[in-house]
Amino acid sequence: MHASAQQAPSTTDVTPAPGAVSLAGVSKTFGDFTAVEALDLDVKPGEFLSMLGPSGSGKTTVLRMIAGFENVTSGSIHLSGVDVTQVPPHARQVNTVFQDYALFPHFTIAENVGYGLRVAGVSRAERATQVGVALEQVRLSAVADRLPHQLSGGQRQRIALARALILRPQVLLLDEPLGALDKQLREEMQIELKQIQREVGITFIFVTHDQEEALTLSDRVAVFNNGRVEQVGTAREVYEFPATEFVARFLGLSNLIPAELSADGVQSSVRPERVRLLTADTAASAGTVSLLGTVSETVYTGPTTRFLVDTESGVRVIAERANDHHPSAESAFARGDRVRVEWTTDHASRIG
Amino acid sequence: MNRRAQLSALLALPMLWLIGIYIFSLVMLLVTAFWVTDPFTSKVKPGFTLRNFEQIIANPAYATTSLRTLGIALAVTVLSILISVPLGIFMAKVASPKLRAILAVAITLPLWAGYLVKILAMRITFTEEGFFNSMLGPLGISGPGFSIVTVVLTLTYLWLPYMAVPVYTAIRQLPPNLFDASSDLGAGAGFTIRTVVLPLIKPAIIAGSIFTFSLSLGDYIAAKFVGGSTQMIGSIIASNINLNPPIAAAFSLVPIAFVVIYLLSVQRTGALERM
Repeated sequence: MHASAQQAPSTTDVTPAPGAVSLAGVSKTFGDFTAVEALDLDVKPGEFLSMLGPSGSGKTTVLRMIAGFENVTSGSIHLSGVDVTQVPPHARQVNTVFQDYALFPHFTIAENVGYGLRVAGVSRAERATQVGVALEQVRLSAVADRLPHQLSGGQRQRIALARALILRPQVLLLDEPLGALDKQLREEMQIELKQIQREVGITFIFVTHDQEEALTLSDRVAVFNNGRVEQVGTAREVYEFPATEFVARFLGLSNLIPAELSADGVQSSVRPERVRLLTADTAASAGTVSLLGTVSETVYTGPTTRFLVDTESGVRVIAERANDHHPSAESAFARGDRVRVEWTTDHASRIG
Repeated sequence: MNRRAQLSALLALPMLWLIGIYIFSLVMLLVTAFWVTDPFTSKVKPGFTLRNFEQIIANPAYATTSLRTLGIALAVTVLSILISVPLGIFMAKVASPKLRAILAVAITLPLWAGYLVKILAMRITFTEEGFFNSMLGPLGISGPGFSIVTVVLTLTYLWLPYMAVPVYTAIRQLPPNLFDASSDLGAGAGFTIRTVVLPLIKPAIIAGSIFTFSLSLGDYIAAKFVGGSTQMIGSIIASNINLNPPIAAAFSLVPIAFVVIYLLSVQRTGALERM
């Protein structure tokens, strides 16, 4: 029961901040495999933080350690300023929305949503009231008496959310909750999630491998790779100023510019939409890296067109242009055209 | 081959078996229950009489034995459930893969030994000079000896695998994240077992209970060798098999009726479709 999670803070504890999550030197090994290595991560109260990374990068393991389903091999976890490293999951004031929802198949939707209250010993009448409110919040009052298998994926997802939120946790953990939904539904649910987070005002920790989803939803994104956090920052920071080659590559398309071509002699990353595409006879501008080359491929994506340019320096540069000309007009450049590509030096991000 | 010929080839032997041997012998049993035995020659004579059933109803020993047998079968079933559920939870959720494999072999091991061998083992264990009595004797405690208790223990020993295996399999097949979800929502292990695990493995428990129940109902060897004076339905059938086949046949219908009533009462749960 959640009340029992309120333990006496140890001496190292800071002032309690409801909803803050702090991981210090957290490692997790499974036999010889190191899933998470010496991880430090601080999540602020009320923040929407995404843990983004490819499968096997350790993000789900971190989430499961915060929930208490996995023990840490070393390090400590604080929730709202309280050390919960040794506290079992049922005594932690966090709740989880599982990847495949984990609804109890033998319970009706109302029973599923009310399960946490039933565990806590809330009376039947009070439970019914709160379940009603929770179902209304996710606009599914009509399905209260159905069984989970009678619901669509999107509906089940919302029920899982309602079931976790009804306990008013300080932190909500979401393990790829939109992974099983089709693209359109996923985008609707992203907006809904964001709205719900704003309404309830609690900390959301959201695991995803979808970079677009992470950028769209989050206040901050922690990019995971091989059991480590490569970079933590706002969506803009991690996208525009990737700190490592991995982050640059994982978050969308990136041009990796070798040190000898970069302005300050360090390897850098330039996003395709920051690359200007000019006719070859244009003079190079000041404060830019400017290269001549030939268009080797054009890719029409709908809102944009991508141009692959083989430059004379031997680097292939991708330039992306918004399709803001007349819809029926062809792009300004075609395969085989001689072009100049350039970008302002401070639009490039140094990569360590 | 056309479709009809293919079907015939596929079903010829099973149908011959089912109808020729299986159903036919049951029908013969049913018919014989209405025949009579000549008291002087002990010859069975075809005919139609309800006298066998009248005898069974009139003689309270038959009713007592039926109820005792029913009680034994239910006790064996309940004991099997009480052992299988915690064992299955331990194997599926706690034990290391190695320990799990060892336990799986240990549970199914009794199936590999012969029926009589196991009964002999129980007889040796519970005999007057057996292990329990010689160990506990100095403390002034005596074991159950050969009694109805030992019959229940022996039958549980014999039929436990039929309960433990489906129960363990069902627990293993429960999605692991249901346990996580229950724990996440604040439930301790006991609450999770009661509200999530038991309802979801009910079909497996019922499937197992059909075996433990019906196999116990039909048994008489356990009663004979470890039951002391305990008589079961099977004991009475066995003693009448040569002397009075029609009475034996009529009394055979009692355990069949019990099983049919049991099957009908569990049918609604959907457990039968999973067997």
